[in-house]
Amino acid sequence: MLTAVLFWLFGVSAVVFGFLVFRLDSMARVTFALLASFVFVACEVLLLGLSYLGVVIVLMMVMEMVIMAVFMIMYMMNPAGLMPMAMYHNKPGAMSVSLGTFVVLATGTFLVDWPESRGSRPSDTTKALGESLMGPQMLTMMVLGLVLFATIVATVVLATHRGRYDRFGDDLRARPDDPVPGGVRR
Amino acid sequence: MTEGTGWAVLVLPLALTAFALLALAADAAVGVRVAHARRSVAAAAADPWREVARLLVGQRRTTVAADGVLWRSGVVTVPLAALLAALVLPLGGFAAADPGVGIVWFNAMEILGWAALWTAGWGPNSPLSLIGGYRFVAQGMCYELPHMFALITAATGAGTLRVGGIVDAQAELWFVVWMPVAFVVYLISAAAMAFWGPFDAPLGRDLSGGVVAELSGVDRLVLLTGRWLLVVVAAGMAVPLFLGGGRGPLLPAWLWTLVKTALVLTFLLWSRRRFPTVRMERFTEVSWLVLLPLTILQALLVALVVLV
Repeated sequence: MLTAVLFWLFGVSAVVFGFLVFRLDSMARVTFALLASFVFVACEVLLLGLSYLGVVIVLMMVMEMVIMAVFMIMYMMNPAGLMPMAMYHNKPGAMSVSLGTFVVLATGTFLVDWPESRGSRPSDTTKALGESLMGPQMLTMMVLGLVLFATIVATVVLATHRGRYDRFGDDLRARPDDPVPGGVRR
Repeated sequence: MTEGTGWAVLVLPLALTAFALLALAADAAVGVRVAHARRSVAAAAADPWREVARLLVGQRRTTVAADGVLWRSGVVTVPLAALLAALVLPLGGFAAADPGVGIVWFNAMEILGWAALWTAGWGPNSPLSLIGGYRFVAQGMCYELPHMFALITAATGAGTLRVGGIVDAQAELWFVVWMPVAFVVYLISAAAMAFWGPFDAPLGRDLSGGVVAELSGVDRLVLLTGRWLLVVVAAGMAVPLFLGGGRGPLLPAWLWTLVKTALVLTFLLWSRRRFPTVRMERFTEVSWLVLLPLTILQALLVALVVLV
């Protein structure tokens, strides 16, 4: 009974905060409404007994949303117009598309023939998750890690304003004259 | 490890606040000696209480076009994050909760501080607070990864994410002995996560208070209390992670835990007076080019020892 009440509470809250992302008029509030939505999703995951995944969602989402707030505000077309602002253009079109998608997906969950759970629950879900990631899913994780790492390196290379030839000169021997000195005296 | 919910609700906040107030009084008393002021130490130790009373009756400041929701929720989240993180803190075989993912829980709850400080800086619509909030995000980007590796090193050594399990794994040898790098990095990141000591740039004097520049009255009291709770909790977590929990001769386990926490806290108080505020661009380079590789090597070493 309590589980059912909590499930509905978290679920409805997640949807409400997700909807607020498109109703609030400040980029900062929008970001933290999205964070609240994710935290309620994490609560649902915790309710399923997946404690590691639930807590990790909270951990990652807080970090991600704070960093996202910084970037979203930085990239706004008119930073002076932070408040009020709107998350969408073409209001009727955007609303009907997003609400339509939500209704289709939500109806789908009721129509799908969900599989019965087979076997017993592992006593330690964290261990089961780790064994799955480091066993059958190892290849996926390795490829994912490489792709992410390559993306990070490529993004930094593209975004950096001063490479080592700018800092040290053509023969890499000059003393760098950095605008921001840094901490380890490279 | 015995768990108790009553402990969580009643005793934990009171005990942490009492500990923080004692540390605060001691710090104020030391401040008098350091400054060679002509005041009695007892009078100085009463300063924090006087300040609490002043803030309680003080008027709450409002600013033009403030984002009240984010501002107040950010302020409240600071002590809340400290209390939630403290739930897994063991006190001599007794803890509010000892979940199987205790380390991850602790990490996730102290990261709430990122959102708390940024929104508390954003809320008042004031440039000085805003810069303070952004400084803490930059600081977070620096301390968080080495901090995570330090936590993971202790968990790897014990083979569990359960805080009680980590304490049990130190029955023969404290982790501080064979993971010294992780311990030092943990202490640095503990100060940084509580925007404490040399890492107090988000509340810097050059920003006339930074995040707390526009806070007065009870709001200021809540955020600054939260900061003291954070530093006490961070110091307290070093004990089960690296200092063998409540282990020690003669004294009971809970007393040893308190003594060790007090020692770590003394170090943090000392380092605040000893070192000047670290600038963000310096800390960034040091943490990514020095601390992070060191902690990865430490984790690798511990993993090899555990495997072999």
